Amino acid sequence: MNVRLVIAGMIICLPHMGSAQGFAGLGTQAEGFAIPDRNTTLEFPSDHGAHPDFRIEWWYLTANLNGSDGREYGVQWTLFRTALDPGDDAGWSSPQIWLGHAGLTTADAIYFDERWARGGIGQAGVSIQPFTAWIDNWAMASPDQTLQNLTVTASGEYFAYDLAMTARGPLVRHGDNGYSVKSASGQASHYYSQPRYVVTGTLTLADGSVAVTGQGWLDREWSSQPLAEDQSGWDWFSLSFDSGSKLMGFILRSDSEDSSGDYSSGTWIDADGSATPLAPGTFQAVPLDYSIVAGRSVPVKWQVNLPEHAVSVIIQPINQQSWMGTSVPYWEGPVTISGSHTGRGYLEMTGYE
Amino acid sequence: MRGAAFGALLSHWSRHPLQLLTLVAGLALATGLWSAVQAINGEARASYARASAQLGLTGMDMLIPKNGNISVARYVELRRAGWKLAPVLEGRWLLRNGSVKLIGIDPLNHPALPAISPTGSPQLDALRSPGRIFLHPSTESQLDGHPDLPPVILTETLPTGIVLSDISLAESILGLHGQITRLIILPDQPMGLKPLADLAPELLRRAAIDTQTGRLTDSFHLNLTAFGLLSFAVGLFIVQGTVGLGIEQRRNLFRTLRAMGVSLRLLTGLLLGELMFIALVAGCLGLILGYLVAGALLPDVSATLNGLYGETVEGGITLRLSWILSGLGMAIFGTLIASAQAFANFYRMPLLLAPGVQARSLDARSSQQVMAIVGCGLIVTGSLAILLIDGLVGGFALLAGVMLGSALLLPLLLSAILAAGARTARSALSEWIWADMRAQLPGISLAMMALLLALATNIGVGTMTSSFRLTFVGWMNQRLSAEIYATVKDEQQTGEFTGWLADRDITTLPIRWAEIPYDGSPIRIYGVVDHDTYRENWPILQAQPAAWDRVFDGGGAMINEQLARRQNLWPGNILTLSQDWQIPVTGVYSDYGNPHGQVMISLPALLQQVSHVPNRQFGLRLPPKDAADLMKEIRQSFDSASISLIDQADIKARSLAVFDRTFVVTGALNLLTLGVAGFAILTSLLTLWTMRLPQLAPIWALGVSRRQLAWLEVLRSLALASLTAVLALPLGLVLAWVLLSVINVEAFGWKLPMYVFPMDWLRLLGLALIAATAAAAVPAIKLARIKPADLLKVFAHER
Repeated sequence: MNVRLVIAGMIICLPHMGSAQGFAGLGTQAEGFAIPDRNTTLEFPSDHGAHPDFRIEWWYLTANLNGSDGREYGVQWTLFRTALDPGDDAGWSSPQIWLGHAGLTTADAIYFDERWARGGIGQAGVSIQPFTAWIDNWAMASPDQTLQNLTVTASGEYFAYDLAMTARGPLVRHGDNGYSVKSASGQASHYYSQPRYVVTGTLTLADGSVAVTGQGWLDREWSSQPLAEDQSGWDWFSLSFDSGSKLMGFILRSDSEDSSGDYSSGTWIDADGSATPLAPGTFQAVPLDYSIVAGRSVPVKWQVNLPEHAVSVIIQPINQQSWMGTSVPYWEGPVTISGSHTGRGYLEMTGYE
Repeated sequence: MRGAAFGALLSHWSRHPLQLLTLVAGLALATGLWSAVQAINGEARASYARASAQLGLTGMDMLIPKNGNISVARYVELRRAGWKLAPVLEGRWLLRNGSVKLIGIDPLNHPALPAISPTGSPQLDALRSPGRIFLHPSTESQLDGHPDLPPVILTETLPTGIVLSDISLAESILGLHGQITRLIILPDQPMGLKPLADLAPELLRRAAIDTQTGRLTDSFHLNLTAFGLLSFAVGLFIVQGTVGLGIEQRRNLFRTLRAMGVSLRLLTGLLLGELMFIALVAGCLGLILGYLVAGALLPDVSATLNGLYGETVEGGITLRLSWILSGLGMAIFGTLIASAQAFANFYRMPLLLAPGVQARSLDARSSQQVMAIVGCGLIVTGSLAILLIDGLVGGFALLAGVMLGSALLLPLLLSAILAAGARTARSALSEWIWADMRAQLPGISLAMMALLLALATNIGVGTMTSSFRLTFVGWMNQRLSAEIYATVKDEQQTGEFTGWLADRDITTLPIRWAEIPYDGSPIRIYGVVDHDTYRENWPILQAQPAAWDRVFDGGGAMINEQLARRQNLWPGNILTLSQDWQIPVTGVYSDYGNPHGQVMISLPALLQQVSHVPNRQFGLRLPPKDAADLMKEIRQSFDSASISLIDQADIKARSLAVFDRTFVVTGALNLLTLGVAGFAILTSLLTLWTMRLPQLAPIWALGVSRRQLAWLEVLRSLALASLTAVLALPLGLVLAWVLLSVINVEAFGWKLPMYVFPMDWLRLLGLALIAATAAAAVPAIKLARIKPADLLKVFAHER
């Protein structure tokens, strides 16, 4: 087992939802880390920055884009942080480890790259004066301390992108004012989003550059708590309806044969930006069709229902093979929405062996 | 018909088994020595490649600084410019019993390492305090008795002699905070990057294996290859002799076969087939021999490489298909070359004409001249090569040109000397002897050329090693001036120990050094305190006035010869260790047996630049007669496990033992070459023996007894061998000079004074004469015992 794989596992198996129990022996609660607290009030700009006393954290951007060539694109930019021990040190002995993932999806291809860095030497990190999250030459940067205007850049062997984003709405605090519960037994994270960016920019591929416009969604989340032992993976949806309202929903899948042990939750966001947490179990997502992706069976067509907002939609990816073949691989890609509502969004699925 | 003809050809060998044995043995020897050298080189390269692969570096390029280290800030700048690089910090870790190479890496970015990422147990702990050190089980003993080690993880997947750790641990062990030795350029770089040459002009791009050590060991392997080639060439002289003999003796048979209707073409084909078959068999024997020789020499080669370059060659000789094929190829190719002349003669041979030795010798005269002209050309070309081509290749071109050229000149020289000798002849018999020697010359000159090369190589290499040894011993006596060398367990003990010594009025010279990279390889910087030991004893080659005073004032540096020659830095030049660390060079000292550059500055100057310099080694000055008592007293007063002591005599003996081991291989190859040359003379004389009967028979008929003829035979052989030996002497000295002043400088970075050893020459002359006598003995005994009837037969029927 590779060091990088283990650390990637620590982070990737937690995104949006915490950690898959038992993976690489990391399921148990690590000593000394801070624990998310319901009474914590998020404060900005400081909470845009890193929380080194928590075990895991990420700055996670996804964008649905239209190219001047008439094609649809999806872009992912993620900076993960994981701590081997709480706190930070200068130099190589820093326990903070940073991992960058960049992805670019078209209807028939997916490009991705991965970057690693140790904290403490300046190769990666997050500053808030002004806000910049970076690893190597990849950066998400603001001219000020807010997340209002961001430029996002990344490049890999076969792709590069350079995007400018402007927020068209307020930050959204998930769960109880940013305290997002992840399991029936009470594990939780601090979680907020900026789901409403307008994006313009340029994608560069092997055959040249293409100008793009579209919409982006930024998630910020940190935690230290692993999940319950019986959870094997999750499906996470960020959906932007053409009506202007948005839906974030997730299902944590249990190991059990039926879906009785699954835990689902989410947030409904009105067109004006006001957010309502969803009661556990109200967000429903059922796989309709599977496809073989990277040698494993992965759901590629979903029925998503949220009765309280009369949502009954079909979710289908732009590219069924949106596989991020990184140290720990997962499915991540742009999707289209049809049914009671129309629109676009992003889907992340982990734990499909 | 074809089968019968082939059988008739082969029957020759069953009637002359000794000849067959000679041919096979000559070819097997030539192939064997060549293959042995190839196997050793192949094994060493495979060992380097294995080490490189175990460190995950196969096919990777490196960035190394022109001088100094790379700062972590610079690394981050390059990463932030988009370049995927992996940092490596390397240095010597000073331990109680010497030091080991410590390599610090960033496991997050380093190419996949089996050592740090074994299946099953993720080595996350390597990244967190107190870290982990990874090493091969055979390296573990070097850490014995070292206090406060981080947890050790043993793994078979690392090269021996290397300790691996996370870079954070390595920088604190080595005291090199914020520094990086080199950067590995990882595969799959992102698009649109600025070239590294623009971003980091101060860094050089190199292939991972083309490190300083790689280049140095290359020169060693080139040396070995040259030796192998020389042995091969000498071996081929034997083949040349026996193939010529085999054809000469079968003239009657050829005539008969031709008369029976075998075409010249078929006959040539059959002869060639026979020869190729013999070459294959002999080649196989040679490979077995080469395998055994290589296996026997490998430990010594490994010791040599370790002694000279600090590189280890692991494992035994493995059989590689490429090695087998190249060995057999050399055997066949060599046989073809060596027998080309014999075949040409055979093809041109008149069917019925009797062989006229005189005609052959006249023919030979013109070929002697051609050879002499080619020889002169080769010597000139070699001399030009050293002027035009830099480095080791130029040196070897000079060697090859001078050696081969002189060998080609030999027949003409010998012939001229014999012609001059003939003029001194006073009796008919002595006139005949001189004339007969000249007549024999074409047949034996190749063997003499082999002898010349072998003797010259022996003189040259012998002079080189002996000069080196003499210089080394003198240097060691100067350099190892302290009576006792001590290493203490840790720095807490340092104060206690030095205080104890001060109470007894014993001068303590701290031996403190830091290692920093310079032009891609590590150099050691010693910080020394003001003491006359240095002024009086240090082996200085060149120095400014008051050089040591300037060093102790902090305004100068002494550097070793290797560094001076490599960087062309001499007294008066400025040594730039990093951008803000520049020191004028005040002197250059000799420093044999060390592959790396070395600098001596004052201790305060060193401590000002390098934060953590271990202080655990000392040289103690005291009256030599008190040394043994003091050592006993120290052992009684301190825990004997915590202080290691070695006295001057012991360290000298150990150094000399390492030195001698280093040249074991050279000595062995030397002796083998001489043996092969002796064998070549034997085969030549055997060849001549049958051809000479028609000439000896008349002399016998005129009244010279067979016994007398036999003695004359031995004398002739001795005379020719002595002449050759005398001619080999100047050639050997030229060879020694080239080795000492050209090859050594290129290969090791030091120039050595040349000393001559006439007793060694006498010994060699003796050896050459013994070889010549032994070689002449067989034909001489045959001659003494030949039946008069056989001599009479010469008159009865001309062949």
